[in-house]
Amino acid sequence: MKNPAPYRRPYRDTQPDYRFPPYASTVKRAPAQPLVVLPHTLSELSAPVFGYGDIKPTDSDLTQQHKGEPQGERIVVSGRVLDENGKPLPGVLIEIWQANAAGRYNHRVDQHDAPLDPNFTGAGRILTDAEGRYRFMTIRPGEYPWRNHYNAWRPAHIHFSLFGPAIVTRLITQMYFPGDPLLEYDPMFTCVADVKARNRLISVFDWETTLPEYALGYRFDVVLRGREATPMEARR
Amino acid sequence: MSLRASTSQTIGPYLRIGLEWMVIEEVAPPGVAGERVRIEGRVVDADGKPVNDAAVEIWQANSHGKHASPQDTQDKPLEAGFRGYGRSLTDDAGAFRFRTIKPGRVPGPDGKLQAPHITVTIFMRGLLKQLQTRLYFPDDPANAEDPVLQLVPPERRATLVARKRSDGVLEWNVVLQGKNETVFFDF
Repeated sequence: MKNPAPYRRPYRDTQPDYRFPPYASTVKRAPAQPLVVLPHTLSELSAPVFGYGDIKPTDSDLTQQHKGEPQGERIVVSGRVLDENGKPLPGVLIEIWQANAAGRYNHRVDQHDAPLDPNFTGAGRILTDAEGRYRFMTIRPGEYPWRNHYNAWRPAHIHFSLFGPAIVTRLITQMYFPGDPLLEYDPMFTCVADVKARNRLISVFDWETTLPEYALGYRFDVVLRGREATPMEARR
Repeated sequence: MSLRASTSQTIGPYLRIGLEWMVIEEVAPPGVAGERVRIEGRVVDADGKPVNDAAVEIWQANSHGKHASPQDTQDKPLEAGFRGYGRSLTDDAGAFRFRTIKPGRVPGPDGKLQAPHITVTIFMRGLLKQLQTRLYFPDDPANAEDPVLQLVPPERRATLVARKRSDGVLEWNVVLQGKNETVFFDF
């Protein structure tokens, strides 16, 4: 078979480098040797397929996973997954995880002095529909301190993990909230030079998906890498 | 319309919350054809310290050299029950493990066959984007002509080839930085 078209390489300053000293943990974990440029072969251009057997419809409602309701402000987080060519991507597995309303993760490593919530695990997953759409019901996560530098606090965020149509489109990112004063001090949010790229990680308050007397809506679209137009063009 | 891909962010230390539900260390269920292999390894940082919060994901073709993916249109048999995807989350020793089958050869650039290999994607706290690498099999004559291995400086190729232990396990360690640093790809 002919090799399918490769994916575009990242636009300048829109993807982080491995070594980024303001985020201290990168220093001992970033590769020091030069990376080897990998041609996109069938191994990189294919990806696993996930189906409805893998997840339950209730996996996308993080407020309904226990007997009681979690503490905090309910929110609807929804959006679309597209590629760089603007094409909606159906069947994308999205996995999310987050802190509870008090800024505490349900994880043994998190010893922050804030209460755990017995009614909140903080994990969800969904497959995008035929138009690339997804929707989660959850609660707004709290900000929390971390030890990266003096008086370091993470802005409120939700972790997003996505599988696209190819291994090279695999993406883990974080969704932030509009107007968060902690963003400009956060070395993760500021890890790329392109300010527009940073700001695309901030969700948008969304009247349309806000549920009257129940939950505010936030919209967060995710863009995965797109293919070169044609294999011929890519060879130039 | 031309959009820009969303910026990658670290998986952070709390990945288990979101990813543990789909740990898949038994990649090839009984009945799937191919040579059975056990793969074990550790992820270590620049100081040789174990990385206990990494997600190691693998992706591979079946023994016929065909991926269970719509992007793979080769006229080769698929096998029911073989997805070809695995996920292991490292333990306190930085260790990960898979049981799978040795994949067949898949076409590479310009149609040349590649040596059998497993695609490996690694996420962890302290990585703002994933590392992409490959695992090759020891003593496979096809390694000598593999078009991707040939792009790697010869003195570093061994970091991509697993080592067969006396108990038959294929050991393959990931060294993030420093002496014997694993080859990572710009993908």
